[in-house]
Amino acid sequence: MYTQAMDIPDESGNPGGKKLSVVPPPQSEQEAAFEARIDADGRIEPQDWMPEAYRKTLVRQISQHAHSEIVGMLPEGNWISRAPSLKRKAILIAKVQDEGGHGLYLYSAAETLGTSRGDMIDGLHSGKAKYSSIFNYPTLNWADVGVIGWLVDGAAIMNQIPLCRCSYGPYARAMIRVCKEESFHQRQGYEALLVMMKGSEAQRRMVQDAVNRLWWKCLAMFGPPDADSPHSAQGMRWGIKRISNDELRQKFIDATVPQAKVLGVTLPDPDLKWNEERGHHDYGQIDWQEFWNTVEGNGPCNKERLATRVKAHKDGQWVRDAALAHAQKQRARADKEAA
Amino acid sequence: MNTPALKDWPLWEVFVRSKQGLEHKHCGSLHAADAAQALHMARDVYTRRQEGVSIWVVPSASITASNPDDKGELFDPAADKIYRHPTFYEIPEEVGHM
Repeated sequence: MYTQAMDIPDESGNPGGKKLSVVPPPQSEQEAAFEARIDADGRIEPQDWMPEAYRKTLVRQISQHAHSEIVGMLPEGNWISRAPSLKRKAILIAKVQDEGGHGLYLYSAAETLGTSRGDMIDGLHSGKAKYSSIFNYPTLNWADVGVIGWLVDGAAIMNQIPLCRCSYGPYARAMIRVCKEESFHQRQGYEALLVMMKGSEAQRRMVQDAVNRLWWKCLAMFGPPDADSPHSAQGMRWGIKRISNDELRQKFIDATVPQAKVLGVTLPDPDLKWNEERGHHDYGQIDWQEFWNTVEGNGPCNKERLATRVKAHKDGQWVRDAALAHAQKQRARADKEAA
Repeated sequence: MNTPALKDWPLWEVFVRSKQGLEHKHCGSLHAADAAQALHMARDVYTRRQEGVSIWVVPSASITASNPDDKGELFDPAADKIYRHPTFYEIPEEVGHM
């Protein structure tokens, strides 16, 4: 689902938060071969030589992406027991399960770079690693669940489609799998909202309220403006990132405006209007201070999300222990029989 | 036994046969305590939408891979053996499909 944080420096993949400089001229034969393959739009596979900074950037980005999928289960998971019908409940369970699956594909992709699952999970649980800040906002009513599908997953799809062409093979392959499943997420959300819009006045107000609260947060999901994205140029050079934050944001807005019209809601931006000359919609200022504040851990739900995640992990410890003990016992028994 | 961390679950590679008659194809990896659990997890992680009719799981440590540095040595010699391909041979048109 959700990658905003691709440009967000954290302490996991890039210790000390050192900014990556623009590619220096190739140093070695290996580096020249790597650069040549990137230039030819080829793919890099786990066993291939790669610059340390390329590896670190990917570990940071893929693990942030994986964490976002895992934490992303929480705001929607809150609504599984309160879904308005059995049908919606089954849909929501399937969607949340998908997000868990996406997290697992991505953790596996990151592991091919030499990092361990345990280290990545420690990074998330200790607060060192970042995840998409959209999940640090609460889901206050059922319409929020629909809006997450329509807008949050919609924004995520915009972000993720270019990642299917990422230069790192395992990440690109994981993204192809994710993108195939993602379309259902957006459509089920939009459809749930369409149903509410055909309901009572109070239900229509709920939808509008959810859109009002989440719209700007969705625009921020694409990351800081190009001018303020420290890793963007390098990421583009390496074929990790294919389309800039601002360009993706614009595509998302242009795609969403007609959808909002069909749904019958307004988007909470007085500056939002079609610009004939540009062939795009103009839009207002995003509150980047709020964005960074949430990234830094001070959003309304940061503490709650992390605490829930850590508790789930701790509460599951006995299951992991038991599975391992069982496996060891089985192996010991098989060895004994063989002897 | 001390509380083992998740990293103590070994890594498995997952291969899925998408339909009867086709080969098993690599689709990803996962951590699991043993083979039976790896199969269960593979079913949940990789076949939620009827992507497969059969699954193989193999301990990742059991796979021997060719070294990328040997790529030239291993695969380039085939490049100049074009006579191994049917298109190398010119057959008169009146023979038709062969």
